[in-house]
Amino acid sequence: MAKMESTLKNMVLSLTLISMLMAALLGTVYTMTKAPIEKADKEKEISAVKEVLPAYDNDPMKTKKEIDGLTFYTGTKSGQVVGCAVRTFTTKGFAGRFDLMVGFKPNGTINKIAVLEQKETPGLGAKMTDSKFIDQFNEKNPAVFRLKVKKDVGDVDAISAATISSRAFCDGVQKAYDLYMKNFAKPVVAGAATTDTVKVKGGQHE
Amino acid sequence: MSNMKAFTNGLIKENPTFVLVLGTCPVLAITTTGFNGVGMGLATAMVLVLSNVFISLVKDYIPDKVRIAVFITVIATMVTVVELLMKAYTPGLYKALGIFIPLIIVNCLVLGRAEAFAQKKGVWASFLDGLGMGLGFTIALTLISIVREILGNGSFFTIPLLPAGSSTMLLFILPPGAFLTFGLLFAIMNALKKKYKM
Repeated sequence: MAKMESTLKNMVLSLTLISMLMAALLGTVYTMTKAPIEKADKEKEISAVKEVLPAYDNDPMKTKKEIDGLTFYTGTKSGQVVGCAVRTFTTKGFAGRFDLMVGFKPNGTINKIAVLEQKETPGLGAKMTDSKFIDQFNEKNPAVFRLKVKKDVGDVDAISAATISSRAFCDGVQKAYDLYMKNFAKPVVAGAATTDTVKVKGGQHE
Repeated sequence: MSNMKAFTNGLIKENPTFVLVLGTCPVLAITTTGFNGVGMGLATAMVLVLSNVFISLVKDYIPDKVRIAVFITVIATMVTVVELLMKAYTPGLYKALGIFIPLIIVNCLVLGRAEAFAQKKGVWASFLDGLGMGLGFTIALTLISIVREILGNGSFFTIPLLPAGSSTMLLFILPPGAFLTFGLLFAIMNALKKKYKM
């Protein structure tokens, strides 16, 4: 069959029809993948919360709370608060923003940190996921452990040749700590997240 | 040209990266680990096959003067489809490749095959051409990323080859290493082709 001639009518018709067809295809695929995408996102969230919190037996997704752009998930075990996972971020990374999940114990001690999303340079800043760097924060309380790299008179061992990423990492953790202490370490606010105020108080002095 | 030739063409003789030198942006940017290389190659291959097939199906209904607009519409749609599928079923890979998936739209390799092949040939031949070019692209990306990962990070598809903490040639993970590896592999390919008169 010969090619369609480039008359105005043909061109408009052809472009319109193909665009409509493509739009229909996109719509179909979007509806098809909507549920699996949401599921994948949620699973990612749950697994990160699980990783950074001490053992808990409630559903932290239900205690989800957003304050100043950070998300807080409280974990409780038999009604007692065991910790809080904070989704935090920094915009100071070498490649811009990256996201962390920091798990705090009720007294503000860091339980564990997980990296959620980062696009730092592989082999340099991306080494923040190595246990050598990330595990140094475990069991440290930012009240006494200065969240700054040693170069800036802090207590954090920076990733070699990636001071910018290390600084950004500290910035993200610090942000999470400050907001956590401000909003959750007080029994009043923490009590709102659970139902048992008395036990929360006990947890605070842990 | 026989159909089989349409397929094998893209693998070596007209390898999109080492011979046609099309779409070098992802070649240089994402080849930092083996998995990224394979993933990006396969994603591009999928887009190539889908867009080649679709364009050769509707080629008779595309007036010449608006063909580029039609091609880009088709390619953009196919890329979005692949992007959504990856997001849903391979979220880990999607996360690693990030912005480079939507950027397949402007990979001139995809548009180039639509213009040079799919709009003139039959559906089956276009399918094979897309597949061959896509796999050729995947092979090239994989080769480059393997070299860069081994030299720059001391690992092969994330399996460490060196004891933890040993120093590696970081340069190869960074952009200059991409150019160096690309150039060296390019030279090796050309030398081999000359030797075997391909």
